[in-house]
Amino acid sequence: MDGIFLQQLVNGLTLGSVYGLIAIGYTMVYGIIGMINFAHGEVYMISAYLAAISLALLAYFGIESFPLLILGTLLFTVFVTGVYGWVIERVAYKPLRNSTRLAPLISAIGISLILQNYVQISQGARQQGVPTLLEGAMKFDIGTGFVQITYTKLFILLAAFVGMGLLTYIIKYTKLGRMCRATQQDRKMASILGINTDRVISYVFIIGAVMAALAGVLITMNYGTFDFYAGFIIGIKAFTAAVLGGIGSLPGAMLGGIILGISESLFSGLVNSDYKDVFSFSLLVLILIFRPQGLLGRPHVAKV
Amino acid sequence: MSAANKPLDIKKSAVDAILAGLISLIVFGPIVGVVLDGYSFNLQPARVGWLVAIVMLGRFCLSLFLQTPKGLKILQGFESTSSGVHVLAPDYKSRLRWIIPVLIVIAIVFPFFANKYLLTVVILGLIYVLLGLGLNIVVGLAGLLDLGYVAFYAIGAYGLALGYQYLGLGFWTVLPLAAIAAALAGCILGFPVLRMHGDYLAIVTLGFGEIIRLVLNNWLSFTGGPNGMPVPSPTFFGLEFGRRAKDGGVPFHEFFGLEYNANIKFLFIYIVLFLVVLLVLYIKHRLTRMPVGRAWEALREDEIACRAMGLNHVLVKLSAFTLGASTAGLAGVFFASYQGFVNPSSFTFFESALILAIVVLGGMGSTVGVVIAAFVLTVAPELLRSFSEYRVLLFGVLMVLMMIWRPRGLIRISRVGVTPRKGALAYERKAP
Repeated sequence: MDGIFLQQLVNGLTLGSVYGLIAIGYTMVYGIIGMINFAHGEVYMISAYLAAISLALLAYFGIESFPLLILGTLLFTVFVTGVYGWVIERVAYKPLRNSTRLAPLISAIGISLILQNYVQISQGARQQGVPTLLEGAMKFDIGTGFVQITYTKLFILLAAFVGMGLLTYIIKYTKLGRMCRATQQDRKMASILGINTDRVISYVFIIGAVMAALAGVLITMNYGTFDFYAGFIIGIKAFTAAVLGGIGSLPGAMLGGIILGISESLFSGLVNSDYKDVFSFSLLVLILIFRPQGLLGRPHVAKV
Repeated sequence: MSAANKPLDIKKSAVDAILAGLISLIVFGPIVGVVLDGYSFNLQPARVGWLVAIVMLGRFCLSLFLQTPKGLKILQGFESTSSGVHVLAPDYKSRLRWIIPVLIVIAIVFPFFANKYLLTVVILGLIYVLLGLGLNIVVGLAGLLDLGYVAFYAIGAYGLALGYQYLGLGFWTVLPLAAIAAALAGCILGFPVLRMHGDYLAIVTLGFGEIIRLVLNNWLSFTGGPNGMPVPSPTFFGLEFGRRAKDGGVPFHEFFGLEYNANIKFLFIYIVLFLVVLLVLYIKHRLTRMPVGRAWEALREDEIACRAMGLNHVLVKLSAFTLGASTAGLAGVFFASYQGFVNPSSFTFFESALILAIVVLGGMGSTVGVVIAAFVLTVAPELLRSFSEYRVLLFGVLMVLMMIWRPRGLIRISRVGVTPRKGALAYERKAP
């Protein structure tokens, strides 16, 4: 097989697993309160900054071993981003629970603008970067060319799948997961049965933010650079992944992420890299037109 | 209620404030306090201190306020949903009938006193009024969230630039064509999407807006890419506004024997734009009183009920979406000829957000509110240039606050009621 093709497949798989992580935030929030959280991409952007800040702080204190660095960064980023998720829900969405249908969407746009500019003002508009943490790569000779898998990419795949596995476990087997699923099925009934649905909604926002934080750390490790505008494009793409897999479905978000990542990588490697964003957005429009329920989702039924 | 007599619980407020302070320390601490500088960082603890102090003070005051009778009333307001449209008494006469002629007189007199700078600011304001009015039909009246509105604006602007470059079309030919092209684009995009659940429209339009911008940016050979394209000046029955006309023609000022004035192009755009704004205002005013306008608002309030009553929801939504898009196309043509050139950086998502902010701030569906908000949001940044860094941040804060405080906008949508005709009543009484 062609070397470029395989190489793009590998790149796409890593990129897609990260899209999947961010898509989880969209899909869970949509499943539970039926709202598109436009600020989610910005939460990812915040986590990228937090990852870089944490790396800089740890380096300042003289920590240089990779496991300690990555563990410290993950803990710090996940914790602070989780708090961001909670605060955003508390400030911008909770007061709007009984408002018009459009209100939370517009409020989310507002939050998205606030976060972007707050980061731009406090950190400056220039591109930021992090040093390479994991050096080295595995190389395979496949006759027609080389396929290179960097250790960073391997780590990303591993971390993304561990994160997804952990989340699946939480949702399937723990009390918190049962509460989430119950609230998703029927919010009113769940609250009658003694579930504090407001708290469950907060948890869902925190879970989404935590997954976005994991994605932020991983993408920052891989690409090394980011800026305050990074959340916008990745946010739409992750949303595309969520819709592709079927919005509201967890395995769908992961599957959609991987399919989107691979097809985007193949398109940019084999066709044209200038139009890779156009390709993803067109894919979104096409999916919504021809299969709005996605690959694993159920068709939307309006209830009175 | 007994709550009015309850003493203020200062201890509770203090605890609230301290908790808020702790959380804001976690939230603001890393991002505001540690500024990245290459791979190292600078500490800025003072900024964090100020922010945390402001948050704590604000939370303390809010907590105290919400314990007062007035605050309790506001809290209860969140529990209930307010009704959409306020109906006035049948014989109510709006004060607007005095204000509108005054405004028109001001608009006519204004150019005689304005210098070029003032004129351009007002033209920009009017362009945003047009955009706000168009989006107001889509978001305010029909309740469809369109986040890629700027795409139709771009179609209008690039329609003029491309039409001139490749087909030799001028301002007057493109003006109607751009409205039609934008409406067609809206139709093609809207028809499949509007059949589905409403929220998807937001993200599809967002994606569409980005697609248009990226294509304009990347298609170097056709659109000139990031460098943009030149746009011809408008003409008056073939007379040009320049000092010298091209190809041996007669310029406008020579034809009428006037002295050359560099403002005259902007004056012309201002007049045409003002007439178009008036026309759109009138059309919108009539439409909201026609069955289709009523259908938009009814659909916004309750889609299921409307469909049960036999309304074709796709066609009704599509008419709003298309009309909004064509208005943006018109605005785009004016913007392009006002600027003299177009490039993709004028059509970013921020532009869409700004127009949305105009509609949200002006009040969903309220025409007067949108006109005022458009001027405030476009003219204020000109006056407050030193705050330009914080402008977008302020828009965001305003959007969130407005949604929490008054999701239906500052100005309440009201409509004059109708008394049933006497004849109809008499008929009803006679019927068995």
